[in-house]
Amino acid sequence: MLEISNLIKSYPGEKAKKGGSQGGRVFAINNVNLHVEQGEMFTLLGPSGCGKTTTLRSIAGLEHPDSGLISVKGRTLFQAGDRTKPVNVAANRRGLGMVFQSYAIWPHMSVFDNVAFPLQVKPRGHRPGKADIEQRVHRVLEVMELRQYADRQATKLSGGQQQRLALARALVIEPELLLLDEPLSNLDAKLRESLRYELKRLQRELGITSIYVTHDQIEALSLSSNIAVMRAGEVVQLGKPRDIYENPTSKFVAEFIGSSNFIPGHVLHRTGEDYEVDTSEGRLHLSSAAEMPPGTEVSVSIRPETVELTTQRPVDLRNVLEGTVGTRAFLGDAVDHIVNVGKLQIRVRSLPNLSLEAGTQVFIKLPVDKLALVPIG
Amino acid sequence: MSVATTTPEQAPSVAPDATPPVWRRFIPTPKALILGVVALIVAYLAIVPLWFLIQGTFLDQNTNAFTLGGFTRAYTDDNAIEMMRNSVWFAVGSALLSLVVGTALAFLNVRTDVPFKGLFFAGSIVPLVIPGILYSVAWIFLASPDIGLLNYVLQPIFGKDVFDIYTVWGMIWVEGLHLSPITFLFMVAAFRAQDPSLEESALMSGASRWTVIRRITVPLLRPAIAASVLIMTVRSLESFEVPALLGLQNGIYVFTSKIYFMLRSYPQDFNGAGALALGLFAIAALGMLVEHLMSRGAKAYQTVTGKGFRPRPIELGKWRPLAGAGIIGYFVFTVLLPLLLLVYTSLLPYYQKPSAAAFKSMSFDNYSTLLHMSKATTALKNSLFLGFAAATLVMIIMAIAAWIVVRSGIRGRKILDLLSFAPLVIPGLVLGLSLQFVYLRVPIAIYGTIWILLIAYCTRYLPYGMRYAVTSMQQISSELEESAAVSGATWWQIFRRVLLPLLMPGLMAGWIYIFVVSFRELSSSILLYSSGNELLSILIWEQFENGKFTVLAALGVVMIAVLMVLVSIAYKLGAKVGLQQD
Repeated sequence: MLEISNLIKSYPGEKAKKGGSQGGRVFAINNVNLHVEQGEMFTLLGPSGCGKTTTLRSIAGLEHPDSGLISVKGRTLFQAGDRTKPVNVAANRRGLGMVFQSYAIWPHMSVFDNVAFPLQVKPRGHRPGKADIEQRVHRVLEVMELRQYADRQATKLSGGQQQRLALARALVIEPELLLLDEPLSNLDAKLRESLRYELKRLQRELGITSIYVTHDQIEALSLSSNIAVMRAGEVVQLGKPRDIYENPTSKFVAEFIGSSNFIPGHVLHRTGEDYEVDTSEGRLHLSSAAEMPPGTEVSVSIRPETVELTTQRPVDLRNVLEGTVGTRAFLGDAVDHIVNVGKLQIRVRSLPNLSLEAGTQVFIKLPVDKLALVPIG
Repeated sequence: MSVATTTPEQAPSVAPDATPPVWRRFIPTPKALILGVVALIVAYLAIVPLWFLIQGTFLDQNTNAFTLGGFTRAYTDDNAIEMMRNSVWFAVGSALLSLVVGTALAFLNVRTDVPFKGLFFAGSIVPLVIPGILYSVAWIFLASPDIGLLNYVLQPIFGKDVFDIYTVWGMIWVEGLHLSPITFLFMVAAFRAQDPSLEESALMSGASRWTVIRRITVPLLRPAIAASVLIMTVRSLESFEVPALLGLQNGIYVFTSKIYFMLRSYPQDFNGAGALALGLFAIAALGMLVEHLMSRGAKAYQTVTGKGFRPRPIELGKWRPLAGAGIIGYFVFTVLLPLLLLVYTSLLPYYQKPSAAAFKSMSFDNYSTLLHMSKATTALKNSLFLGFAAATLVMIIMAIAAWIVVRSGIRGRKILDLLSFAPLVIPGLVLGLSLQFVYLRVPIAIYGTIWILLIAYCTRYLPYGMRYAVTSMQQISSELEESAAVSGATWWQIFRRVLLPLLMPGLMAGWIYIFVVSFRELSSSILLYSSGNELLSILIWEQFENGKFTVLAALGVVMIAVLMVLVSIAYKLGAKVGLQQD
C-alpha cells in the first residue's frame, strides 16, 4: 500500500553555517524504509526532532526529501537520487488526507465550507457538482456527528469537535491514505483518552489506511497495528506494539516506551536463544533473539511492573536478587519501590496493597521471559 | 536577479502528476510567473532610481562625461560648511527635544497615575493628521516675529517680540514637537516591554523608587533611547517642510532645502543637487544601519518580557496637579492651538490678529473660493486618486512579496526582503530627484504626468506595505496553507481562498496607512509635479509661496478633515498607525 525506501532528507548544519566552515549536514531523516499494508494503522513514534513529522510531511508532499522513493498503491509520488527520472508529485495532486497538529481549521470559513473546500478545489473536469458536493459533505459530517454544526463558524467549535472537523475535511475526498500529525496533542488529558478510542473505532470501521505520528507511547501502543520507533532520523525498531514493548532491541526503545531498569553485565554463554549474563549482582538467565556472542558487554532490561517483589526468600533462586527498600512512592493505582541491590537501584512497580518501609530486606525476582537483552549505550 | 531566476525551480513541484512533455517545462507556471513579476517590480522600484541618481551625479548634465564638479560646487561653496552645521544642529536638536518630551510623556503615561491619560493618544495622532507643512504654517501664525499670536500676547509684558520662529531654534521647536508623539509611542512600547519584575526585585532589595528609575529603568531603556535618537535624527535630516517654510526666510539652509533651492534656481545644477542628495542618502543609510545593528545587539540582551502583570503605578501625590497641567499644556500647544489657528485663519478675508473686528469679518468665503477654483478640485481629485492607487498597488504587490519572503523558501528571498526595505533610507526629496533623473533619461513618456508621482509613492511606501503584509503573514499558521495544499488546492487557489481572506485585516490597515501618507506627500512630489497635475499638498505649498494664508488655511482644514476621517477608519480597523509615520 505505502512503500518508502531509502528516504533521506538533510539540512546544512546550523553550527557549520555559523562557524563559516562547510560540510556538516544534519539529517532529518536518514535512510528510512517503511512498508505499510492496506487498512493498517501505522504509527511513527519518537521524541521531538526524531524525524517522524518530517517523514509524514514527505509523504504528504510538504517536504522535499533529498532522495528515496515514496509510492502509494503502486503510484510513485516521489522519487529522486537514483538514475531514474526524478518524480515529485505536488502536495495538491497526491490526493491524500491529512489532519494537522493544530487542526488548521480555516477560521474564515464555516464548518460546511471547511469540509467542502477539498471538493471545490478539484481540477475542473473532476470537480463534483454543487448538489453532489453538498451531499458528500453532509454525509461525512454525519459520520463525524457534526451535521447540526454545518453552518456554524468553524472556530466556534470545541476542541474535540474541531478535531472531528479536521478529520471530516481529510476524509471527504475518500483518500487512499490518511496522515495524522499528533492529532490528539492539543487536547486535555481526559478528552484525549476518549478521542483515542473514537479514532481507533473510526479507523477500523472505515478501514482506511492511516499513518499516525505521535510522541506519546500510550497513544502509539493503544492505537497502532504496527509501530516504527524513530530516533535521530532513523527507524530503530519496527513491529507490533506488544512485541516492541516486551522485546525492545535497544536501550533507547526500552527507555522511551514505558520505563525500564538496566542491569549492566556481559554474556557468559548462549545456547540458541538462551543466554546467561554475568552481572555485578549475580548471573541472570534470559531468552533473547538478539545476536550477542559470549563476552559482549550488554544491558539486561526489565520493566518495573514485571519485577516480582517479596519479603520471603523464594524457593527457586534463579534470577533472584537480594536488596533493601530505598524509597517508595504511592501512585494511586500502584506503588513504586526503589530497591537497592548492591550498587544498583531497581525500580519495582506493584499493586497498591504491597507497601514496604524503607530499609526492609527484600528479594526481587526477574522472570526469565520478561528480561530483554540490549546493547550498552 | 537571483530571486527571479530561482523561482522556476519551484515549477516542477507544481507540475501535474503525469510527466509533462519537454516543451511544457519551459513555460513557467502561473505561480512562477506571478512571483517572478512581483520580484522584478520590487527590484525595479528599489534599484533603478538609486542607480540613476549616481549616474546623474557623476555624469555631467551637458556633456555626459564623468565629473566631480557637482561635489566641488556643492561642498566647497562658501555656505556649505554652514549648511552642514545647520543640518546637524537642526536634526540633533529636534531629535533631542522630541526624546525629552516623548520620554517624559511616556513615563508619565505608563508608570504614573497622571490624570488625562486619554489626551495622550489623541495627541499621538497629530503627526498623522496634521502634515508638516500645515504644522509649520500654524507655528508661523503662532510665533513669527510680525504676525505671531504668542508674540502679540506677550509683547506688552516683555516690550519686544519674544519668539522668532524663523531661526534654527524655531525650526528645532516645530520639528521636535511634531516628532514628539512618535517618540512617545516608541518609548511607551519600550516601557511596556520591560519586565516589571526587574524593577520589583530592585525595590525588594531596598532601593527607593528614584534609585530604581535611575539605576534600573533608565539603563534598561538605553537601547530604546539610542534607537529613537538615531531614527529621529535621520527623520529630521530628511524633513523638507520645516526647513523650507521656516529656514528659507532668513537663508538658513539644510541639506533638503539646499537641494530644493539648487533645482529651483536657473540654470539647474543637477550634478550639484545630486551630490548633496547622495551625501544625505549616505548619512541616512548609515544612521539606519547603525540603528539596525544596535537593535540586533540589544535583542541579544533582552530580558523576558513582562506578561499580564503590571507594576502598581507610581503615585505622584502633590505633583499630580502639576503633571496634569503639563499634559494639558502639551496638548494645547501641539494639537489645539495649531488646529484652532488654522480654522480661525481659514474664516478670515486676510490674516489679522484676533480682535472683535476680525471675528466680525469672518465668513466662509475662502471655502467658496476653493469650490470655484478648478485647481483645487483637480488637486483634491489627484491626491485622492494617487492615495488610492498607490495604496492598492503597493498592498497587492507586497502581499505576494511577503509570501515569497515568509513562506516560499526560495533561495534569495532575503534579497527581496532587503530590496523592499531599501526605500526606507531614501529621503523623499532624494527619491524625487532620482526619479527625475530616471525619466528624463529613459524614453518613457511619464515625466510631468501623474504617473511619475504614482511610481514615486509606490517606491516610498514599499517598506510600509511590506511591514504590514509580512506581519500579518507571520500570524497565519503555515498549517492552514499546508492543509489546503493537501486538500488539493493549487497555489493560486490557496492564495485566493485561504491566505487573502485571512490577510485582509492586515492588508486593509496597510492600505489605509499608505493612503493617508500618500494623500499628503510633499517632499518627493515637489520635484515631480507639473502645473495641471497639482496635488493638495502642492497647492498648499503654492499658496504659501504666494502669501495667500487664508486660502491656504482653508485648504489645510479640508485636508485635515479628510485625514481625520481616514485615520479614524484606520483606528476602527484596529491598525497601529501611530508608530509608522513618515
